[in-house]
Order: sequence, then structure tokens, then C-alpha cells
Amino acid sequence: MRSAEVSPAASVLSVTELCKQYGGTKAVEGVSFDVGAREIVGLLGPNGAGKTTTINMILGVLEPTSGSIRIEGADIRKHRSRALEQTNFAAVYAPLPGNLTVQQNLRIFGLIYGVPDLPARIEELLMQFDLSAFRNTKCGVLSSGEQTRVSLAKAMLNKPNLLLLDEPTASLDPATARDIRVKIRGITARGTGGVLWTSHNMYEVEEVCHRVLFLSHGKILLEGDPKTLPAEHGKKNLEELFITVAREPLTFGEG
Amino acid sequence: MNAGRIFAIMLRQFYLIRGSVSRVVPIFAWVVIDIILWGFLTKYLNEVAGGGFNFVSTLLGAVLFWDFFIRVMHGVTMAFFEDVWSRNFLNFFATPLSISEYLAGLVISSIATSSVALLVMLAMATAFFGFSFFAYGLLLIPFLFVLFLFGISMGIFASALVLRLGPAAEWFVWPVPAFISPFAGVLYPLSTLPQWMQYVSYLLPPAYVFEGMRAFVFGKPASASGLLWGTLLAVLYILLASWFFTRTYRHAVRTGLIARYSAESVT
Repeated sequence: MRSAEVSPAASVLSVTELCKQYGGTKAVEGVSFDVGAREIVGLLGPNGAGKTTTINMILGVLEPTSGSIRIEGADIRKHRSRALEQTNFAAVYAPLPGNLTVQQNLRIFGLIYGVPDLPARIEELLMQFDLSAFRNTKCGVLSSGEQTRVSLAKAMLNKPNLLLLDEPTASLDPATARDIRVKIRGITARGTGGVLWTSHNMYEVEEVCHRVLFLSHGKILLEGDPKTLPAEHGKKNLEELFITVAREPLTFGEG
Repeated sequence: MNAGRIFAIMLRQFYLIRGSVSRVVPIFAWVVIDIILWGFLTKYLNEVAGGGFNFVSTLLGAVLFWDFFIRVMHGVTMAFFEDVWSRNFLNFFATPLSISEYLAGLVISSIATSSVALLVMLAMATAFFGFSFFAYGLLLIPFLFVLFLFGISMGIFASALVLRLGPAAEWFVWPVPAFISPFAGVLYPLSTLPQWMQYVSYLLPPAYVFEGMRAFVFGKPASASGLLWGTLLAVLYILLASWFFTRTYRHAVRTGLIARYSAESVT
């Protein structure tokens, strides 16, 4: 199901039989997938499907009940710092501290990620994400769209080999959202990293992702190319397929 | 440990303090209040006692040493609270930052803020009440060292407690020094205490500092073995507090509390 240009050997992220259980509740159950170099993989599913739980486990802030996560070959459990040096993320629910300016936040996270020539990298990102005018503005007073751009600039600081984006365009206007999509596609195509992207905007997913994984009740039900997958399942488009998977997961093999 | 990451935690604290009056004032406020209150009280006691006993170097000195301990402890907890208040755990702990680097950053931030508080103490106590910490001679070094180490250990312990119990547990941190104070014999010799309280006192590093301080004021040698024991205990408490913090963090990662900290618990 993987895009033709990406070979399994070039995986930047390898998730195997990942499970997370809270008491008797299975939030994620036996999830396995890879993200290849220069590949954008969409992680789709209804609210509560286990997308954020999966992302939190990949980020090392939630311990899996079982299974393994390897980032560039480094097991997150055994080599946490090494794995996370090559990772970064942006999520609507994790804004940067609002009491620090854009530049201060980027400097602090740049130091944490050990970014070489940090001042130049910050300037580059301020330009790239159209944030130069806000460099000395506290993040807390920015609009939600501007805060999202700051989070994305932070996520790009260390030129991560694995970029995790949890609904990165949720609070952006359509024009800015399109710019961001173009930027991330461009960065991914030029670089060596891969992206795991969650979104509820199926148009966006179809435009950006090389491959999608449909998650429901903690399990992957479908996997494939977002451009061909709907037709393979007799649906008009990705949104229709999403709604069917969310409403009738049993049709797609859950149980 | 990576020095750049430790520096990042310290730099964050510097940026916050530099730009905020409400963060700068508490570094000095309680110190100034205590110096004024206890300075005049000890001055009055010296007058009524008629020169037979120097209350300034015993009571004011003890209060200022205790304030130093509190500044060190709060230096750690305040730096930790910044992450609680700005909901920053997910951003920090999803990076290569290790727990030891994070704690080292908090401790160095505390060294910076408590050093400033100490300088204010020294200047004010000398200028207004003619009291100098240097009157204790070289003993000043072990006295401050033991209190500093114990302050660090209590700061880490209190932060772990808040990490475990959620943001609303912040209030637990503030009465910790007041709870320890009667056992530490800040204002009176340990012999004043009932036996059971003395047993607790022997486990508290500050008790050895204040006993040593009083011995020095009365012209007796401070117990070197007592100060050494106090130092060893303080080091042990730092190790135990760091272990407790790490264990608490692992529990938070296992249960998912780090990612949903504002929920206070995930059960």
C-alpha cells in the first residue's frame, strides 16, 4: 500500500503491534505501520479513535502497554533522547507558552533540540512562516492562526526526520492553511524526513497525504492511497469513506 | 547530560523573571519583610535584655538563614510551576530533554534567584541592623551549603508532589517550610523540644546548622561532625527527592497524565 517511491528500508518511523490499555479499555489495539522518508501519512479516524493516543506514544509522553516504536531505528523506550532528537510535533492542544515571545520560545526549543547556528535558523523560520513582525510579541496575544504558525515553526526547528502534525491547520483560514500545506509538502519532498498527519479535513488529506490509515476504536481498519481508496470501497470520495468507516466500522473488519 | 538543554530551562526562567514585576518582587519581598520585622524585634529585645545576650545574631541570623532555605526551595518550585501554569509539560517532555536535565535546569534557576535574595539579605541586614553574615566566619560556608542542599531537595520533592496530584496541589508547597520549622529548631535549641520531636530534628539537616549557629554565638565550637552529618543527610534527601520525581514522572507517562495534566488525574 506504500507509495512506490518509498521503500520499507527507508522508514523513519516503525510502529509494531502498539497497544494502550486503560484498565479494561483498549484505546489502541495492535496498531502497526511505517512512515517512509519523504512520505506524508494521514492518520484518520473519528474522535476518540486513538489518533492522539498513538501520537502521544510516539512522542514518548505516553507509555504503550505493549508493542514497539522505532524512530530512525532508535527504540523510543530504550533510546528516548536519541529518538526524539530527530522528531518534532505541532498540535492545536499544545500551544507554546503564551508568556514568552515568539523568538524566546524558538530559542528555548532550539537549545533543547540542539539546533546548530540557532539564530540563523530562527530567522529562516520567522521568514518562512511569516512571523517576522511577531518576533517580539508574546505568543499568548497572537491569534490562534498565528499561534499555529509559531507551533509549526517550532516543529521545523530541528529539521526533524519525523514530523508529527495533529490537526495542524485546524485553526487556520483556508488561504493560510493552503500555504502551510504547500510548505510542508515542499519541505517533505526536498528533505529526508517523513510526516504523520492527522486531520478531519478530507480535502486536505487527499491533497497532502501519500497514504492514509483509517483508525477506529484503536485499530487500523483501512490503509491506502487517499486518491484511489474511496473508489476501491465503492465510495464517491474520502469524506464519504470516512463517514462510512466511522459509522459502520464492522463493515471494514473491526470486531 | 546536555548543557544546552539545561541552559534552555534556565534561560526560560530568566526571560520570565526579566519581564515580570510579579516574579521579581517575591524574590525580595519576604526577605525584606522578615528583616524589618525581626530586625526591630531583636533590636528591642537587645534593649530590654540590657546587653546580656545578643538577639540580633541569634534570632535575626536564624531567621535570615531560614529565609535563604525557603528562597532556594521556592526557586525550584517556582521554576517548575511555570510549566504547570503555561501547560508546557507536553511541549517539554516530548523533546529529547531528560528528567535529570530538566531538574538540573530548575536547580540552576534556583541558584540564581536565591543568590540574589541572599545578596539583598546581606545588604539590608548590615545596613539597617549592623548584622553581618560574615560574623560567622568560615562557618558561613557549611551553614549556607547545608541549607542550600536541603532547599533543593525540598523543592524537588514538592514539585514531584504537584506533578503527582495535579495543579490544585500547588498549595501543598507553601506550608512545607512552616511545617519543618518547629522541628529544625530555627529559633530555639533542640533541647527545648520534647524527646520525640528531637528524634525528628536529628533527621533534618537545618537542625545541625541552627545548633551550630547558636554554639558559635555562645562562643563554643560548632559541631563539625554535626554539620558533616547534616550535609550527608541533605545529599541523601536530594537523591531521594530526585528518585521520587523520576518515579512520579514515569507514573504520569504510564497513565497519560503528562499529556492531560490539567485533568489532575486520569482515573
